[in-house]
Amino acid sequence: MRKYSVFAIAREALRAHKGWDEQWSSPEPRKEYDVIIVGAGGHGLATAYYLAKEHGITNIAVLEKGWLGGGNTGRNTTIIRSNYLYDESAGIYDHAVKLWDGLSQDLNYNVMYSARGVMMLAHNVHDVQVFKRHIHANRLNGVDNEWLTPQEARAFCPPLNISQSARYPVMGAALQRRGGTARHDAVAWGYARAAADRGVHIIQNCEVTGVRRSANGHVTGVETSRGFIGAKKVGVVAAGHSSVIMQMADVRMPLESYPLQALVSEPVKPVFPCVVMSNTVHAYISQSDKGELVIGAGTDQYTSYSQTGGFHILNHTLDAICEMFPMFTRMKMLRSWGGIVDVTPDRSPILAKTPVPGLYVNCGWGTGGFKATPGSGHVFAHTIANDNPHPINAPFNLERFRTGRLIDEAAAAAVAH
Amino acid sequence: MTETFRMAGAGRLTPAKAVRFSFDGTSYQGVAGDTLASALLANGVHLVGRSFKYHRPRGFLSAGAEEPNALVGVHRDAARRTPNVRATVQEIYDGLSAVSQNRWPSLAYDIGEANDLGSPFFSAGFYYKTFMWPKAAWDKVYEPFIRRAAGLGVAPDEPDPDHYSSLYAHCDVLVLGGGAAGIATATAAAASGARVILCDEQAEFGGALRFETGARIDGKPGWDWAQASVANLKGRENVRVLTRTTAFGYYAQNLVGLVERVSDHLATPGDQPRERLWQVRAGKVVIATGAIERHMVFADNDRPGVMLASAARTYLNHYGVAVGRNVGIFTANDSAYAAAFDLKKAGVQIAAIVDLRDDPRGAVIEEARGLGIEVLTGHTVTKTGGRLRVSSIAVAPNAGGAARVIPVDALLMSSGWTPSVHLFSQSRGKVAFDDATQRFLPGQYAQDCVSIGACNGTDTLDAVIEEAYAAGENAVSGTKVLRPAATTSENWTGGMLGAAPGAGPDDTVKAFVDFQNDVTAKDLRQAVREGMRSIEHVKRFTTNGMATDQGKTSNMHGLAIAAETLGKPIPEVGLTTFRAPYTPVTFGAIVGHSRGSLFDPTRRTAMHGFAEKNGAVFEDVGQWKRAWYFPQAGEDMHQAVARETKNVRRSAGIFDASTLGKIEIVGPDAAQFMELLYTNPWAKLEPGRCRYGIMLREDGFIYDDGVVGRLADDRFHVTTTTGGAARVMNHMEDYLQTEFTHLKVYLTSISEQWAVIAVQGPKSREIIAPLVEGIDVSDAALPHMSVREGKICGVPTRLFRMSFTGERGFEINVPADYGEAVMEAVWAEARKHDACLYGTEAMHVLRAEKGYIIVGQETDGTVTPNDAGLDWAIGKKKTDFVGIRGLRRPDLVSGGRKQLVGLKTVDPNVVLEEGAQIVATPGQPMPMKMIGHVTSSYWSPNCGRSIALALVVDGRDKIGERLFVPMPDRVIEVEVTGTVFFEESGERLNG
Amino acid sequence: MLLIRCPYCEEERPELEFRHAGEAHIARSSEMTELSDDEFEKFFFVRQNPKGLIFERWRHIHGCGRFFNAARDTVTDKFHLTYKAGEPKPEITLMAPAEPAAWANREPSELNVDMPSKEGGR
Repeated sequence: MRKYSVFAIAREALRAHKGWDEQWSSPEPRKEYDVIIVGAGGHGLATAYYLAKEHGITNIAVLEKGWLGGGNTGRNTTIIRSNYLYDESAGIYDHAVKLWDGLSQDLNYNVMYSARGVMMLAHNVHDVQVFKRHIHANRLNGVDNEWLTPQEARAFCPPLNISQSARYPVMGAALQRRGGTARHDAVAWGYARAAADRGVHIIQNCEVTGVRRSANGHVTGVETSRGFIGAKKVGVVAAGHSSVIMQMADVRMPLESYPLQALVSEPVKPVFPCVVMSNTVHAYISQSDKGELVIGAGTDQYTSYSQTGGFHILNHTLDAICEMFPMFTRMKMLRSWGGIVDVTPDRSPILAKTPVPGLYVNCGWGTGGFKATPGSGHVFAHTIANDNPHPINAPFNLERFRTGRLIDEAAAAAVAH
Repeated sequence: MTETFRMAGAGRLTPAKAVRFSFDGTSYQGVAGDTLASALLANGVHLVGRSFKYHRPRGFLSAGAEEPNALVGVHRDAARRTPNVRATVQEIYDGLSAVSQNRWPSLAYDIGEANDLGSPFFSAGFYYKTFMWPKAAWDKVYEPFIRRAAGLGVAPDEPDPDHYSSLYAHCDVLVLGGGAAGIATATAAAASGARVILCDEQAEFGGALRFETGARIDGKPGWDWAQASVANLKGRENVRVLTRTTAFGYYAQNLVGLVERVSDHLATPGDQPRERLWQVRAGKVVIATGAIERHMVFADNDRPGVMLASAARTYLNHYGVAVGRNVGIFTANDSAYAAAFDLKKAGVQIAAIVDLRDDPRGAVIEEARGLGIEVLTGHTVTKTGGRLRVSSIAVAPNAGGAARVIPVDALLMSSGWTPSVHLFSQSRGKVAFDDATQRFLPGQYAQDCVSIGACNGTDTLDAVIEEAYAAGENAVSGTKVLRPAATTSENWTGGMLGAAPGAGPDDTVKAFVDFQNDVTAKDLRQAVREGMRSIEHVKRFTTNGMATDQGKTSNMHGLAIAAETLGKPIPEVGLTTFRAPYTPVTFGAIVGHSRGSLFDPTRRTAMHGFAEKNGAVFEDVGQWKRAWYFPQAGEDMHQAVARETKNVRRSAGIFDASTLGKIEIVGPDAAQFMELLYTNPWAKLEPGRCRYGIMLREDGFIYDDGVVGRLADDRFHVTTTTGGAARVMNHMEDYLQTEFTHLKVYLTSISEQWAVIAVQGPKSREIIAPLVEGIDVSDAALPHMSVREGKICGVPTRLFRMSFTGERGFEINVPADYGEAVMEAVWAEARKHDACLYGTEAMHVLRAEKGYIIVGQETDGTVTPNDAGLDWAIGKKKTDFVGIRGLRRPDLVSGGRKQLVGLKTVDPNVVLEEGAQIVATPGQPMPMKMIGHVTSSYWSPNCGRSIALALVVDGRDKIGERLFVPMPDRVIEVEVTGTVFFEESGERLNG
Repeated sequence: MLLIRCPYCEEERPELEFRHAGEAHIARSSEMTELSDDEFEKFFFVRQNPKGLIFERWRHIHGCGRFFNAARDTVTDKFHLTYKAGEPKPEITLMAPAEPAAWANREPSELNVDMPSKEGGR
């Protein structure tokens, strides 16, 4: 792999950029791989990368029914934070944040991780109690998260309306300074390039249509739109489609898939310095490096694989944004879109072995998977390589829905991801 | 300045109606009906903007909504600054002030233009490959620099004083687009009596007829037919016509979003909204959105003065403005010839027509030559000259050979027309590539809609009119309507996709595909070389089509170049998804009235006015405003709460408990229903008695709680938490309607019907006794946890003897309309007995002193009754209730669960922070092992010390032990206690 | 915003009047305490989450207040039909016609659906 650097660009500038290598190749599938990852989103590509880098497994194919990074990786609002309540959650999300810091250098691909701070607004006494509980728990877990008064919140984010005459005045905020954003496409492409460089096959336009198992139940490979491909191990990282793929192996999942929408404004000069989230008024917002305000909405109420949702959801989101930032009503919505998010009953992910030998699953990230991408891939690679979970993802098993040992961030926090 | 490019006798505006406006501080004159673009062009101004990345000087490409270049800021006043306004859409008004964007210090001398020189370095996606060293410099140096350079206009920084409006509408036929096709369809549909809405984004109907002078319909020039037809439509009661109205989004089941620009074109908008959102649900949608002309892709095709041929025709034929005095044409089809003819006939010199086609046939070639215009077939424009305005073009034969430089002051181009399938595609219809004409057309429909006219690939005017009439007839009745005859002399077919020969093969020239985002043909080729094979990757890597115009002119070129580089046919490379909105939509239009107090409804109790009058400070609890505390002169919150809590236990306090949810459960099986919905036993509860009930979800976790009174054998009055009112009602209805359908019960939400006045404290009985009629309120007749119906102050009441304070207490339910009057009467009595008004904060302290939980504070959806110390509330003999099985799951019965306990700080003056975490041993390294957290914590005036409730692992086994609460600045030592801090015996409840 | 036909009100109303209520035809056991942990997990947590035809519950919460069932396609979000709570799961042998008007919520009689005899459950 030719190293990316300012010098490489300068060299290429002299020859009309004709010397660049393909960032990833598009090989024909082999007959068999040691590991097949189903789904070339950020999590799947990261899994392949860490399998190759840290576990010496390079005979890997990542199968993607569309184009790599085209699912929720390329559709999310790119918020990164780790100030979750429970030890288990703080463990996995903070593992990710530590990897984010340094990911560009590790991949030699600028993923533009920008620790511009994630500020979550409290609008009532209950919010204050919940956020303080998070802040204290985070502090003792070594995760940064601090309480801001309304004035401090406004100082950190000048457009914020802290007027007492707002419908839901701001009573304070929890700020994670290491939180921020990254460039979603670059994450997928960076992992794809680095994985491909280590020999991983990324096979796009290859839809998995079945999971083949031996007489003793062990996975032997997958049927695809490009024929059968054998594999000793299969890791399913298919986000909204996880239920569909897992059902091919007769595994029923505690998952439901919902539409989640987002939108961007036209680009403007820097006006919004951080990420702001509000659960009570229901919206989140940041500004991209390109200048667009990136705004996220809630899910629609019904399950769907349509990648579209109702206009009234966006409508309500913009109501909330303009209530918090009244100067933005003259801004314009440039583009809106939807993704399919797979939601578990406790709003925590599943990264686990399954009842089927050789089959592993990484799903259930709901509305908040992007932030976990490096950490998720890292521990999932460990799980596949060792046929045993990493201590960090051990609690995120499937058994918890039988035993009741849930990691209920939604119930505990009442905070959107 | 004078309008030196306004051509006498040309166009449809009235020159006498002069309008003054300014651009970048210079004052200009235009004419009523001008867009900012036409008015500036009339004054010879072409330079209006700078591109996003290279800061290249830019002029007007188009005359419509597809404009990528001419974006300006429009400033009505300090608070009304709108960035990124398309000058080709914005109409001028007296006093309009526009400014250019993305340049410093000025439009003509922009320091950012240095980026253009460095452009070999700033190749597609260059930022993914650098700015990684040193690592710390990303946050500090590189990213701030990139951000400053990015963005176009400047966002407003004051709250928007304008207002916006919102409407829902229904119709039989919604026609999107008011060109020839749309007008004809609306006319046919309206004739059948259907309710029709016809909308168009322009200020006037007519669409391409604005410039298509060759069209004749019904014996009239096309434009005149359009105006007459629309006038006719406006006169019909069943038709609504909307101008300046863009259909921006096509949603499920024929819901179409329209945005109407109501007053941005007016000098004095008055009381009118700025914009209006229409959400139209239509029986049938007719999509008549026309086609958009594409530019030619060749070197330096972005200089001001280089524009679409149809734009130049629009400026001339409609606005009476010539875009130059010596104009060149560069085309790959016939339609651009008409621009040359129109201009030539208006007296503008045509320098040459450069036709990429080797051997074009047809009348236009002859006509051009007949008019004395030089036509260079088989030629290409290899580059343009000029800095802030095009001054020349270099022309060479396609086959190669010496270039000839031709001086021009404008260059008009056309590479053909792209059908506007955006809304069709948004409706989830599938587009299909038509190989013969090299364009995507509507294929399989997903909704009840039809595409007609140019957006459907229908090229000739007579066919368009026929198709439009048929669509209008078929939309409703199918009754035939007489069609007008239609002819045109113009030919809209043909053209090319991708880079013209002038774009290189050497990949060094800047042949722009996407003007605003500065994406060139070589960028697209580079993306493919770097392994981007999906058009989505190419688009994202180069940002082609992602600017504010969303690729209206660039997408097809980009696709063609990617396909050519990949060596694949276009359909195999795919087409990027068309996403709403069609053109950018103002947030304010979407938000409408939902601002401030109308953002979300505010719920106020019947006694809200009373509380306000008595100085309450309110808190938001869900949508409710609840009285938080009642400060007296000079008191802060802490002092007020301390006074209120002591006052209640000393004598009495009055509290508005109306926000609690209330549900009446009635029917012969009411008790059985209660048995199933709550953990407690109910069968033996006697009428007139109350019980504290706990409701679980099926998973065994506490869902809600509240006191339930049995009014009769078949009638329960249930209370819920304030926040739980609606969901508990839904939960009950769900089980009643779908699981326990055998039970004869009905449920009624009575939350809003009954106002509730809590009277709590030793003197509570004395306070209410004089007011109550027909109920014996003695302790013997009305003991703790009982309920009676009677009257108070002459109105019906359900009088509960119950307590959330640990004192003798009553909750007086009265019909909400009487709430305030009864409250006044109770308060008048109460004052005689040294009582106070108290709010939610004192209520919280008082209940915490007694160890009463609040669902949502002590519980969080992961707490079982046993965890909360409420095992006693589970009917041990019951064989079924919601949650019974969930409770028995392994993790819910195992040890190591968090249990509710009390905490006393070793230093009684220290008040713990709610949410603080608890550890067994202090001084652990991070991460510490946390064993619990503080759920409630207060200064207790009645205990004279701090008190707290907490959930602690195996907490009940730890009573008496010392634990630790590590804070940022110190560690607080606490003792684990029972949950009751005040009067453990509970005698005061009984009075 | 979807338009949904309430089978009780017998008319199409906008989605804002309705609340989605999860997968349909998952009956609560009358012998809850007899369920194994696995059975409880299946009952309470595991969902079909189909890509395609789904049977789901809605409540006309801001209308008649009734819970009812719907058969919908989760790829297109098109409703095939809605039917009353307690009515058995229809056998949809033929999807609603492919033409655009299939957006409408149909009466069972307009579709090739088989409504078996009564069974319990939601």
